[in-house]
Amino acid sequence: MSDLIPFIVDNYNYWIYITLLMIGLYAMIAKKNLVKKVVGMNIFQTAIILFYVSIGAKKGATIPIIQHGHGEGAHEITASVIEAAEYINPLPHVLMLTAIVVSVATLGVALALAIRIYNRYETLEEDEILAQIREK
Amino acid sequence: MSQHYPALLVIVPLLSALLISIVGWLNKRLCFPIAVVALSVSTYSSVGLLLRVLDEKVIHYHLGGWAPPWGIAYRVDHLSALVLVVVSVVALLNLIATQKSVEQGFSEKIGAFYTLYVLFITGLLGIVVTGDAFNLYVLLEITSLTGYGLIAMGEDRAPLASLNYVYMGTIGACFYLLGIGYLYISTGSLNMADISSILPGLYDSNVVLAAFIICMVGVCLKMAFFPLHGWLPNAYTYAPSAVSSLVAPLMTKVMIYVMIRLMLTVFTPGFIFSKLALSNSVVWLAVIAISMGAVLALGARNMKKMLSYVIVAEVGYMVGGAWLGNRAGMTGAVLHIANDALMTLCVFLAVGNIVYKAKGYAFEDLKGLFRKMPYTMTGLVAGALSIIGVPPTCGFFSKWYLISGGIQAGQYAFVAVLIFSSLINAVLFFRIIEIGYYEPFGADHGHGSSPIRMAEAPLTMVVPLLIVAGGLVVMGVYTGDIVTNIIAPIIPMGLGN
Repeated sequence: MSDLIPFIVDNYNYWIYITLLMIGLYAMIAKKNLVKKVVGMNIFQTAIILFYVSIGAKKGATIPIIQHGHGEGAHEITASVIEAAEYINPLPHVLMLTAIVVSVATLGVALALAIRIYNRYETLEEDEILAQIREK
Repeated sequence: MSQHYPALLVIVPLLSALLISIVGWLNKRLCFPIAVVALSVSTYSSVGLLLRVLDEKVIHYHLGGWAPPWGIAYRVDHLSALVLVVVSVVALLNLIATQKSVEQGFSEKIGAFYTLYVLFITGLLGIVVTGDAFNLYVLLEITSLTGYGLIAMGEDRAPLASLNYVYMGTIGACFYLLGIGYLYISTGSLNMADISSILPGLYDSNVVLAAFIICMVGVCLKMAFFPLHGWLPNAYTYAPSAVSSLVAPLMTKVMIYVMIRLMLTVFTPGFIFSKLALSNSVVWLAVIAISMGAVLALGARNMKKMLSYVIVAEVGYMVGGAWLGNRAGMTGAVLHIANDALMTLCVFLAVGNIVYKAKGYAFEDLKGLFRKMPYTMTGLVAGALSIIGVPPTCGFFSKWYLISGGIQAGQYAFVAVLIFSSLINAVLFFRIIEIGYYEPFGADHGHGSSPIRMAEAPLTMVVPLLIVAGGLVVMGVYTGDIVTNIIAPIIPMGLGN
């Protein structure tokens, strides 16, 4: 038991992303409202974005811009060795810019579909829509 | 010129999608020719790539001159060249074959339709050609998002089916992304070749194991592997027929390509088959997938839904073949990607023609069609024979490889279920042939009825269908050449005979 708490605290970023992932998945499975499902889907995607962003972080590191890399003395700095440990890893963040665009596009498509469904069935509750389909 | 084939393949359709969306506002009649030109360039480049690959084995293309692992690299080997040719040829043939039904179906939205169509192909070709795991995710989402839009253009329940597909597809893509994240944590790279050179030291790591399984679950969701197939039947049934015949042959097949790519290039057969020892359970899952697909197809009451469940079963064939862990099984799976794309295209094009003329695809709408649409029904029968697996159509040969792979691996349940599914397919298609051939005579008891007039679909729809139907036989006849020249080099030495 004594090992468990540090294990959770040390890896808190993973626990947060897994919790969010499960909340999103739960909403998509359990909710009957189509828009609530879309929101769950978005939480699911955001959880993965958070996961990626958190793996780029390092303790005691700064943003990935070479300090004093501009103006006078820039040559001395760039000539010297750049310590990768002093900077956070920018790559996962850049990847997530693309993933955010993807998730926004997905959200847009899903909401547009929800509007078309609403226009047709006058409701967004899945069980009511299924009942209407069964009646025909 | 020829060294830029890998880029042209993707960039020409991408830019022409933009062009089509602009031209669509000005003159709707120009959309179709632009799409044809764009996909012809893609087809030409992919055939050129296949010919180059036969000489050079592997082609690397560095986008913008950035060397991997920093830049994005395109990498074409025999497997991707084969799938590229299949994708671009299927897309081009379907584009020409469905022109009339697109005009009939949504004359107002022609610009939007062709934009999405070409973007969809851009995504698929990109997935196949890319050598970068994250790039693959982005292209996968381009494909999926355009696919959702295309499917939602259908009538009746199409938006609902499409939204269901959005939920499932997004979870699948997110799982893939998560798996790539785990691979990135453990290797620090996103380039497939780079990852696979770093991984062997890490095969005991739980992170790598989790990465592999999460990626596979995501890919299986996207390819509609049986327990995860829920989105497929409705989406493919309610989509417009021009879209069904595009998405059904390509989407699932390209996802199987991704699975094989992950198994053979990113990971190694040694890891997959010796270390994981999952092959037995995956083959059993495939057995369940095939039998459930076949049984559910029996229960379907219209053509499109029946064919959708046939696709679910076919996905089981390919997954099972790839996981048998021997040379014959993998050969069968890769060969079946090409064959299944062609035969699915063939039957869906035939259904498209029927929908165009008879305005329906329920079994009752098929009555008397052998008299009305003899050429279309010839195409349908050719596709049906290939799906059943009758020689000399190509479906027989890939099934032969799969069955012999199953026997070599000692997976007799897989062999049995392949034969069972062939029998079910025979029942399914002969039922259709029976309705199409005999029904009207029973209906009006043969007295004083006017003879059924021939009302065939337009020539632009029938000719591509017959070309595809002929292609099934040609593929079958040249199976030996395809296997020795294209498929044999794909299969790594690590795989048993």
